[in-house]
Amino acid sequence: MRIKSQAVVMALYLLFLMLPIYWLLNMSLKTNAEITGTFSLYPHEFTLRNYRVILTDPSWYMGYVNSIIYVVMNTVISIAVALPAAYAFSRYSFMGDKHLFFWLLTNRMSPPAVFALPFFQLYSSIGLFDTHIAVALAHCLFNVPLAVWILEGFMRGVPKEIDETAYIDGYSFPRFFVKIFMPLIASGIGVAAFFCFMFSWVELLLSRTLTSVNAKPIAATMTRTVSASGMDWGVLAAAGVLTIVPGALVIWFVRNYIAKGFALGRV
Amino acid sequence: MEKTQNNKAWFLVLPVLVIVAFSAVIPLMTVVNYAFNDTFGNNEFFWAGLEWFDEMVHSERLHEALGRQALFSAIILAIEVPLGIFVALNMPKKGFWSSVVLVLMALPLLIPFNVVGTIWQIFGRTDIGLLGHTLAAIGIDYNYTNDPLDAWITVVVMDVWHWTSLVALLCYAGLQSIPQAYYQAAKIDQASRWAVFRYIELPKMKGVLLIAVLLRFMDSFMIYTEPFVVTGGGPGNSTTFLSIDLVKMAVGQFDLGPAAAFSLMYFLVILLVSWVFYTVMTNLDRAQTSMGEGN
Amino acid sequence: MAQITLKNLAHSYFPNPQSDKDYALKEMDHVWQDGGAYALLGSSGCGKTTLLNIISGLLRPSHGRVLFGDRDVTDAPTAERNIAQVFQFPVVYDTMSVRDNLAFPLRNRGMDAAYIKARVDQIAQMIGMEAWLSRKAQGLTADAKQKISLGRGMVREDVNAILFDEPLTVIDPHMKWELRTQLKQLHRQFGHTMIYVTHDQTEALTFADKVVVMYDGRVVQMGTPEELFETPAHTFVGYFIGSPGMNFLTADVQGNRATLPGGDVVGLGASYAPQSGRVQIGIRPEHATLVASGGLPFVIRRVEDVGRHRLLRGEVLGNALNVVIPEGMPVDGLPQVAFAPAKINVYADDWRVAPAQERAA
Repeated sequence: MRIKSQAVVMALYLLFLMLPIYWLLNMSLKTNAEITGTFSLYPHEFTLRNYRVILTDPSWYMGYVNSIIYVVMNTVISIAVALPAAYAFSRYSFMGDKHLFFWLLTNRMSPPAVFALPFFQLYSSIGLFDTHIAVALAHCLFNVPLAVWILEGFMRGVPKEIDETAYIDGYSFPRFFVKIFMPLIASGIGVAAFFCFMFSWVELLLSRTLTSVNAKPIAATMTRTVSASGMDWGVLAAAGVLTIVPGALVIWFVRNYIAKGFALGRV
Repeated sequence: MEKTQNNKAWFLVLPVLVIVAFSAVIPLMTVVNYAFNDTFGNNEFFWAGLEWFDEMVHSERLHEALGRQALFSAIILAIEVPLGIFVALNMPKKGFWSSVVLVLMALPLLIPFNVVGTIWQIFGRTDIGLLGHTLAAIGIDYNYTNDPLDAWITVVVMDVWHWTSLVALLCYAGLQSIPQAYYQAAKIDQASRWAVFRYIELPKMKGVLLIAVLLRFMDSFMIYTEPFVVTGGGPGNSTTFLSIDLVKMAVGQFDLGPAAAFSLMYFLVILLVSWVFYTVMTNLDRAQTSMGEGN
Repeated sequence: MAQITLKNLAHSYFPNPQSDKDYALKEMDHVWQDGGAYALLGSSGCGKTTLLNIISGLLRPSHGRVLFGDRDVTDAPTAERNIAQVFQFPVVYDTMSVRDNLAFPLRNRGMDAAYIKARVDQIAQMIGMEAWLSRKAQGLTADAKQKISLGRGMVREDVNAILFDEPLTVIDPHMKWELRTQLKQLHRQFGHTMIYVTHDQTEALTFADKVVVMYDGRVVQMGTPEELFETPAHTFVGYFIGSPGMNFLTADVQGNRATLPGGDVVGLGASYAPQSGRVQIGIRPEHATLVASGGLPFVIRRVEDVGRHRLLRGEVLGNALNVVIPEGMPVDGLPQVAFAPAKINVYADDWRVAPAQERAA
């Protein structure tokens, strides 16, 4: 009985979640004539034209390439700088550590809208406007604190005796860190990377502000093309579907760690 | 864990410090500069003192945006938190289905904010959207571009759609940490379903729930892209929340001074919330650590 | 309270068990007397917890029936069985006070408030927690929490049985003694049927009237601590009970003589029918002693001084053998080992063989 009611609740909730996504997918496989002309629950004239448009037109598909480039750059930078810092926070107490930690945290929570304009000016003045690295660095604003925080939680779970044993066995710090410590917190690195990827991928305000042509993210391409080319609903929907794909792939790979990442409560 | 006192640890933190300083401190300085000065372009600034702050504090427009923002955040929390708990309680605990459910639930979290907006913009349209069309078909007068109430409902439902899973996943993680023995003991004690929730599940979820509330509060307080795409802040100003207003002011009207003053005040509010959040988190960590030692 | 009968009980976690291997619990038929104090003893993975969960109703057995008294409860849910269980890790309701914790099972059954109060006071006194009654359970030490769990198990007077699943695992050694003594006392006072799961023989032997030894999903012996010590029914019992466990030597048994592979003969206290399969004789280290001559040649490898006696680890004819000798007994000049004939048990394929007279009687 109970199992049944649980299934019903979950089915309803998932239906609520999936319906809008299904609608987008549905539209992406229709012709524009069908979208505007008839109201159909599934594509009657099944077409891949919309996807073909996106995958053959550089001004569309470069949006994906740009997004992926800066997201990956940001993830790598965030994890690389966060690893030693998280280690420091988890193992040592040092002057001002608590204040520093708090300050990092506030950056995770600051509204991107506040930073949009200053970022624009800053990156323009040093000639980084419309480059991938500019967006990657800007996203470090919230992703580095996040990565530090998640990693610190995982590192705290590793007993300190492991470090000490390694030092006694004659490991240098860098060698210990890479050879012994990082494998131990591999799942933590995975979770942190996942969340960095996620937040960088979904962010639009900063990435749109900091780019115009060369590094324009797919999300921004979508908003602009819509207004320029009238309403090409089919292509818009197909572009939307394609933005969901990378996230869905990533999440499938880390599914067993998601709950753990959330359990730390540090998202 | 006992931590060693070691000021050399600063070297390990240095890269983070440099990168965050570059992406946070310098821009923030610019904001502060704008907030206290006036400009007629050409990078010439005149000291304006607290003028902008004064203007902002007494700005009707800001008050309205703040009111809308507070109302929005309150509604979001009132819906998403109970719904998230309810969903978490009904999630399958292990096996193939739990993986599937987890992935599907996390999906909305991974959709770029503007695509979320686009999805709902389309979904709610009466001509081509499933929701709008269905509502129209059953005779409900629904149009989010004209009717402020409909616009609000759309934005709220969109946020519920987008973020309830986050609350649910957090609660789910809390539930997963409850040892099976607790449920068995409750069965033996003949506890009712409500008692199991009240005395076993809720206490164990308390920590993650606090985090969920704070996260949802802050993120809904900073919301920009999703409602902007759907309603553009309208009809009228009815869905113009703080961030939307701020961007309008800074980028749209280029009123840098007031916008910067606005930003700083906005930032202070967030700072306050962050501080509460941080205190809660550290206390929670401490409580968990001492519990761990207790076992 | 009731007598618990396990009828042809077996359990497999697989839907279609093929061979013996697929069974976590192999078929068994047992009766647990009303009011008895039983210990379920065995190494981890032997099926103790499976059996316990079947009795408590958290698990439905794939084969056979469970009876409480005359009532078949195989399909009855846990709540209907009216049993109490104390878990390995203390289960307390953190947000409730100690008093509410203890009262919880009674309140859920709609008992009268005055009765609940009296009963809780009584239990609190028994577990020595009167002073803590109004405190929140959160933040108490592990042993205080486990005491509350014990109290919650004890608080219902009409329970059919109280089950303990290694309840002292997380308790400090010095507190273990106290809690175990308390349990024993509570058992005498109330006469509940108690089933105590443990992998610690000291715990089992001191707590229980009857110890049930499990091995590989099977109950290999159910007996008093003395029976387990003197006449282990299975080589596993001999090996598992006692410290160190029983010595085993392969031998050929004919009548009351056991001939070792090298031709040496050991006299037995009784006469046995000829045995087939792998035949061994088993002797406790406590029942072996050193002699100048007339025994088996014994090479001492190591001497361990363990307080009131000494433990000799050595070899007889290439087999490891342990001997316990009293403190102060000289070792030099006693190169041989002798066994007390009456204390020797004979095993065929790991199961004890009853001597001819015993069988006749």
